[in-house]
Amino acid sequence: MRFSEQWLREWVDPALSSEQLGAQLTMAGLELDDLALAAPAFSGVVVARILEAVQHPDADKLRVCQVDDGSGQPVQVVCGAPNARAGLMAAFARVGAQLPGNLNIGQAKLRGVESFGMLCGASELGLEGYNDGLLELPADAPVGADFREFLKLDDHIIELGITPNRGDCLSILGLARETAAQNSMALGGPELIVVPPANTTQIAVTITAPAACPRYCVRVIEGLNHETTTPLWLTERLRRSGLRPIHPIVDVVNYVMLELGQPMHAFDLDRLTGGLEVRMARAEESMIGLDGKTLKFDADMLVIADAHGAVAMAGVIGGQDSGVKIGTTRIVLESAYFTPEAIAGRARRLGLHTDAAHRFERGTDPELPRIAMERATELLCNLYGGIPGTVIESLSTEHMPQRAPILLRRARIERILGFTVADDDVTNILQRLGILLEPTAEGWRATAPSHRHDLSIEVDLIEELARLHGYGQLPARLPVAELTIEARPENRLGLNALKERMVSLGYREVISYSFVGAPLLAKLTPAQAPLMLANPISSEMAAMRTTLWAGLIGTLKYNFNRQQTRARLFETGLRFVPHCSGLQQEAMFAGLIFGEERTEQWATQSRKVDFFDLKGDIEALLKLGDLTSKVQWLRDTHPALHPGVSSRLMLDGEELGWAGVLHPSLEKALDLPGQVFVFELQQNLLLQRRVPNFQPVSRFPIIRRDLALLVPDSVSSADVLNCVRTGAPAFMREAEVFDVYRGQGVPDTFASLAIRLILQDNERTLGDTDVDAFIAAALERLHTQFGITLRT
Amino acid sequence: MTADTNVDFNELNNALDTAIQGIASAPDVLALDAFRVQFLGKKGAITEAMKGLGKLSPEEKRTQGGILHGLRQRLETALDTRKQALDAALLADRLAREAVDITLPGRGQSMGSLHPVTLTLRRVEDLLGQLGFSVAEGPEVEDDFHNFTALNIPASHPARAMHDTFYFDATTLLRTHTSPVQIRAMEQQQPPLRIIAPGRVYRCDSDATHSPMFHQIEGLWVDENVSFAHLKGVVQVFLQRFFERDDLQVRFRPSFFPFTEPSAEMDMSWNGGWLEIGGCGMVHPNVLAHVGIDSECYQGFAFGLGLERLTMLRYGINDLRLFFENDLRFLEQFA
Repeated sequence: MRFSEQWLREWVDPALSSEQLGAQLTMAGLELDDLALAAPAFSGVVVARILEAVQHPDADKLRVCQVDDGSGQPVQVVCGAPNARAGLMAAFARVGAQLPGNLNIGQAKLRGVESFGMLCGASELGLEGYNDGLLELPADAPVGADFREFLKLDDHIIELGITPNRGDCLSILGLARETAAQNSMALGGPELIVVPPANTTQIAVTITAPAACPRYCVRVIEGLNHETTTPLWLTERLRRSGLRPIHPIVDVVNYVMLELGQPMHAFDLDRLTGGLEVRMARAEESMIGLDGKTLKFDADMLVIADAHGAVAMAGVIGGQDSGVKIGTTRIVLESAYFTPEAIAGRARRLGLHTDAAHRFERGTDPELPRIAMERATELLCNLYGGIPGTVIESLSTEHMPQRAPILLRRARIERILGFTVADDDVTNILQRLGILLEPTAEGWRATAPSHRHDLSIEVDLIEELARLHGYGQLPARLPVAELTIEARPENRLGLNALKERMVSLGYREVISYSFVGAPLLAKLTPAQAPLMLANPISSEMAAMRTTLWAGLIGTLKYNFNRQQTRARLFETGLRFVPHCSGLQQEAMFAGLIFGEERTEQWATQSRKVDFFDLKGDIEALLKLGDLTSKVQWLRDTHPALHPGVSSRLMLDGEELGWAGVLHPSLEKALDLPGQVFVFELQQNLLLQRRVPNFQPVSRFPIIRRDLALLVPDSVSSADVLNCVRTGAPAFMREAEVFDVYRGQGVPDTFASLAIRLILQDNERTLGDTDVDAFIAAALERLHTQFGITLRT
Repeated sequence: MTADTNVDFNELNNALDTAIQGIASAPDVLALDAFRVQFLGKKGAITEAMKGLGKLSPEEKRTQGGILHGLRQRLETALDTRKQALDAALLADRLAREAVDITLPGRGQSMGSLHPVTLTLRRVEDLLGQLGFSVAEGPEVEDDFHNFTALNIPASHPARAMHDTFYFDATTLLRTHTSPVQIRAMEQQQPPLRIIAPGRVYRCDSDATHSPMFHQIEGLWVDENVSFAHLKGVVQVFLQRFFERDDLQVRFRPSFFPFTEPSAEMDMSWNGGWLEIGGCGMVHPNVLAHVGIDSECYQGFAFGLGLERLTMLRYGINDLRLFFENDLRFLEQFA
């Protein structure tokens, strides 16, 4: 809401500076967004009359004017404005005047003709929103008067952010009411009069949607002077409120809307056919709006119609073919109460935002239409010589907002605010806001004024008490509560612990957008149709990620393009997987490594990362919850991963996730700088932790035996170890691979696998016979199952 | 050797003198051993002389034995001294050889880092955790009911226009705030309730000061007598602790949120002015009614803070977009 400070002060004028007033409004919940000068500084400009304007002898576009600036002597001025003409009243900058933009007006010679000063257009005076050419002042403007004083330009434009609940403050009247309440002052403002009817022309009105329009007032005004213009004082107020002049009649209607908060509409009586009907839109009904666009109505939209169809979208916008135009002399002025429910959201749905809809959907004062209509009538008659008809009011009392009394309990005030408000303060504050109070045993029965439809329950009134008392004056206290100790299950890890582990492993955490481009997802998870936004910001941010790899890959590319040749990244968050049972929002933990295994340094040979770097990191992560031995690494294929270097991880029969290197064809399609290793795991499974369970430590000696096995390529090391472990006696503590060799001495399609066996019994010292028997049995199993032999 | 052979002490003495000179310049332990053998070996000069003592009278035995013992001690002292000197030289040599340039960098994996928003989140969780707030989570793809209706924002309420919402269809959307987690928490649990709900939220808006995705943290405390005064107290102390400034002023300014009444914006003093830091208020009775909590018995407060905002102020970050570009040169500053 933008308005002129002067205008507000005509209604209520507290002893506060502009800045103080702005601060007060802010602390009242009407946030000051901007406080600006109504006009930039300038001096030496006066009201003047052009006595004579003749063509410049040497320039087509210039005129030589004689100007009366009140100094007694006509002044000669050369002027280029097309509307410079004899008799015009205009702003005149005398020699010595200082205009905005550091422009000093001196004596000059234009094409050989002397010029003593400058006739000014609005833009030269820093006034936005006027037409080009000289600013035309009214004929009765006092010649010689200081122009700033004449237009009352020493004013501020105040801009407030009005929250949706305070639609009542979208007017000078509303802001004045609030300011008066804040300062315990009486409300001033112009006297609101009732204009008696002076003609008998009427228009028939039918209300078929009274629930949406409980009050509808119309009045015919005839005899409007169609050759006049909007008075400058009114245009100037509109300008300071951010509105441009449109049409003399519309300008008055807008003025009253700004002044009182009642949006109104003027139809051209001669462009209507038959009477008016207020009804819901019909199927397929449409109308060309004032802005020239065709509006196609939905069935829940309220319209004003004449015999031919919709002439206005109620409370939103008028129709192009029924509105006032140049030459209009007879109008039907409409002033109504449309319920917020009937208006809200409709304008937005059609891509419209109008001042009227903005007010109606926030709720206007249902008692205001008639008052505002009288005010507009008064102005139309005084300014343009209109002759008013009778006001026809259609009122559906049963559909008017019911102002039920609100019970306000003393005890409740204290309980909500944590503060006792004295009875006198309660009544004083609420009465200042126009709330009627009736004492009861527990407190009061309160009735809110018709313009405060946001006050409907007890806490609304408590907020008003707090607001007028001042939020800053309310106490601040830490709560006192009973201490307790919350449960902390030891078999769950915190996400922070996992993140810390990743940091120790050299990974940087990234946070990337949850929406990415659909083509990227089609490459990574081709089997899943991602959830698509209906209104994305761009196609690159239109699909909900089905894997966290999308963001990690994007981050890698972003950094590689900035000369980062090594990356270790991780991200946690939801992925969005469409499923026949509905969307699954799964919390994931994902990582990516690329480039050198370590940053280049003097002590270690540099090499590229490989799958086992990634696997080692995942194992380090799993160790936090002691899950390493529970996780199975299955060879499996994933559309995004290299079929030979990918693994599906299983934990207790559930899929923990995937790890591998991105598929070479993806490397190309995504323009990746090389091999990229990725993993993605289910957070929920990863956060499990095995609570330690002590096992006795053996006092007997350890025996180590190493086996070198010739293993066909079709058999995995996990198969070998499982085979060794299966059926092994309890004294076999450990079986691990410590070397893998291919090459000389080992047949093609075979590998030599060196296995370390750690044997130790809890009860006794093991003898050679124990060991040999076990190893013989293990070798026998290996041979039978896989054809594995000892390498000799 | 015969029993009557007399030991020539002079000769022995001279030989020992020569040897002691040799010992003093012996190059290594091996050379020292040769000297030991020369005198103390099985056939060494002193050993031989000792053997001869047995045939002497007790008096001569004592005299000559004493002399021989003296010679032996001289020899051993000389050997020990030289041995120690050689050992010391050897150690010194090893130490010199083994010295490294300890200014070279250490080996090992370079460390990673947490995202600055995570740092802030952990700090907030830690501070509010002290008051017993526990973390609650909820979905990011939300339904209209939890994101709006249950929060007292019915369809076509003007407040919906304040949220530039990303939609999937008429009733499915990306949550525009973390407040729906309040609803989900209260649906599941009766008061007393003390939760914080951090997470990603989404608004259909993108420029230098708006990101289509950002993080909020929502606090909710519902109990029998939790008042606006408590809200002020908790928020104020929290912000003072977060910024580690006891002189930090927090201003509560009347505002409007459909889900709280009274509602307030929270401003804090910053560089001589006021800076908007979040919204808060007393949970609206309609919200409590939506989740089946009797507002005559229970009441509470809720507040919401932007994590990026807190992070920018705390660490002096000047551009919101940096958070989601994930430039490594940015991230590595938050080790």
